[in-house]
Amino acid sequence: MADTQDYETVVKAPAAEEVAHFEDDHKGLLGKVQHALHVNPALVPLIILVVATSLFGILIGQRFFSAGTLTLILQQVQIVGVLAAAQTLVILTAGIDLSVGAVAVLCTVIMGQFTFRYGLPAELSLLIGLAFGAVIGAISGFLVSRVKIPPFIVTLGMWQIVLASTYLFSRNETLRSSQLREEAQTLLFLGNKVSIGGANFTFGVILMILIVVGLAYALRSTAWGRHVYAVGDDPEAAQLAGVNVHRTLMSVYILAGLICAVAGWVMIGRFSSVSPSASTGVIGNIQAITAVVIGGISLFGGRGSIYGAFFGALIVGVFEMGLRMQGADPQWTFMLIGMLIIAAVAVDQWIRKVSA
Amino acid sequence: MKKLLLSTAAALTAMTGAALADAHSVSACLITKTDTNPFFVKMREGAAAKAEELGISLNSYAGQVDGDNEAQVAAIETCIANGASGILLTASDTAAIVPSVEQAREAGLLVIALDTPLEPIDAADATFATDNFLAGELIGQWAAATMGDDAANAKIAMLDLAISQPTVGVLRDQGFLTGFGIDTKDPGRWGDEDDPRIICNEVTAGNEEGGRTAMENCLAVDPDINVVYTINEPAAAGAYEALAAVGRENDVLIVSVDGGCPGVQNVADGVIGATSQQYPLLMASLGIEAIAQYAKDGTLPANTEGKDFLDTGVSLVTDKPADGVDSISVAEGTDRCWG
Repeated sequence: MADTQDYETVVKAPAAEEVAHFEDDHKGLLGKVQHALHVNPALVPLIILVVATSLFGILIGQRFFSAGTLTLILQQVQIVGVLAAAQTLVILTAGIDLSVGAVAVLCTVIMGQFTFRYGLPAELSLLIGLAFGAVIGAISGFLVSRVKIPPFIVTLGMWQIVLASTYLFSRNETLRSSQLREEAQTLLFLGNKVSIGGANFTFGVILMILIVVGLAYALRSTAWGRHVYAVGDDPEAAQLAGVNVHRTLMSVYILAGLICAVAGWVMIGRFSSVSPSASTGVIGNIQAITAVVIGGISLFGGRGSIYGAFFGALIVGVFEMGLRMQGADPQWTFMLIGMLIIAAVAVDQWIRKVSA
Repeated sequence: MKKLLLSTAAALTAMTGAALADAHSVSACLITKTDTNPFFVKMREGAAAKAEELGISLNSYAGQVDGDNEAQVAAIETCIANGASGILLTASDTAAIVPSVEQAREAGLLVIALDTPLEPIDAADATFATDNFLAGELIGQWAAATMGDDAANAKIAMLDLAISQPTVGVLRDQGFLTGFGIDTKDPGRWGDEDDPRIICNEVTAGNEEGGRTAMENCLAVDPDINVVYTINEPAAAGAYEALAAVGRENDVLIVSVDGGCPGVQNVADGVIGATSQQYPLLMASLGIEAIAQYAKDGTLPANTEGKDFLDTGVSLVTDKPADGVDSISVAEGTDRCWG
């Protein structure tokens, strides 16, 4: 077959001729920095994290800069870290999930009460709890993707529904550590730890890191991950390009629900008890969104890295621990975190100018 | 430039040294439910004043909202990491905090529960608290004595703390009923009584807004309520507003517990009939003394005789003393009030 037309010659020939050309307008140091940040969105939070840790290390000394304290920070952020991973997925699709903390608390109550009230083996209760998280995610996902209700509204409602269910179902009973230790070791599994030197890594911390690394890989290197970004960036364009938007959204919300349930399991391990009035139910969503935003993930969807959210959670943890050790009034911590949030979004806006 | 670097390094070394030296002196932690409630603010003042007097460094922590167990767990962990000698704790979730308290005690810290006993009470090394049952009993006795024979036909609204039934709320409620002469059934729960004089049990979250809504709900059940028990004075103030809105503020007896300055002022103004006054400042200063003692020679604080905690005292404040019920005047109550 002879080439009667030469549409393809330009492609076939080695790129002697430039097909398209991008003006290199990253002039000067600032431009280069802006470009680097644009390519690696997790860079800003990483820098802040390192600077903050060093600063507190210098100010407080060895009590802070010890393996014990630094790994303690990891333990203190493990719940928010896992919730932030779920939140990142939803925010990458240009959504938001206000129910993450409440779902986690409900799942702790389900895991606990199915074991103690209904006498199921703890392993089975755990699976039921995890499944429940996924089901709640599926309901939210369906309402967002099929019924076309804005994610903010869906999850605002879901948050209240889940919180109320938690109180009603638990009859407001706290399951104590002595009960759990005797009959439900499986639920406490993530509270176990490995100690290396002075460093203590609970299984919950290790699981959090595995979730973050696993999701980072999936988002970067699988078709599913690219679809998530595409849907978040521009759902119509994604649809036209052959992405099944509905299925992608459903998978994101189900996975987010499941991760929230895992966060519930992490909670039981950390507190060795199941408390329906845990404050994560009320402020867990805000904590997770804070971590995500400080982590440089765009609330407009389609941009950001899950490592950013992880660093964001750690930044909050480092500030809280550092200021607490210094004996500062806790209100200063909230004030600083408030400033960080605004600064993070300001930086995000500045970086976005690169693509504009 | 080199000079600057050198001096910075020297300064840093000095600071680190100072920080390390710090860890060897006695330090204590105060962990409260929130840092906005005047009760805890006063507690912090009492602890800070005593700590300064004894040369102890004090770090104070609080939850972001009432019921914030997570923040308290993080605070306890910080105290352990900081090498503190002891912790004064008003627990938000008395059962869920126990594993963290165990951790602190294993690390050699003295843990004293202030105001709110843990579940079980011996999870802490000691408890310094108001006898909340007695506090309730005093206002119950006063209300019954003030009403005289009408007490048999009283219509009572019980404005409690929270549906999770924290021990403080249960003790005050059941104490009040006992003092009033009502069978409490299970003294570990409120709301299980079947005496027809109890019209309603509503929760207030211990603030004005909650008190007002709860009172409105109770009035909807029975507009002839004539005795109102309230968990604390802010709730009482809210209940008063609801009663005033229907013109019933002068023929209803409101009793409360706390003894904060605005509350005592409300007793003077006739908003509240009588209130049981407690002494948070004393709890905190006694707590700091106990930690200092423990750091010095390992002595554990002793309980009040016949009780499983150290009773920091309670007094009934009213300007209308009733026969057979000990009370102090509003003037005296004002002298000793907090917040």
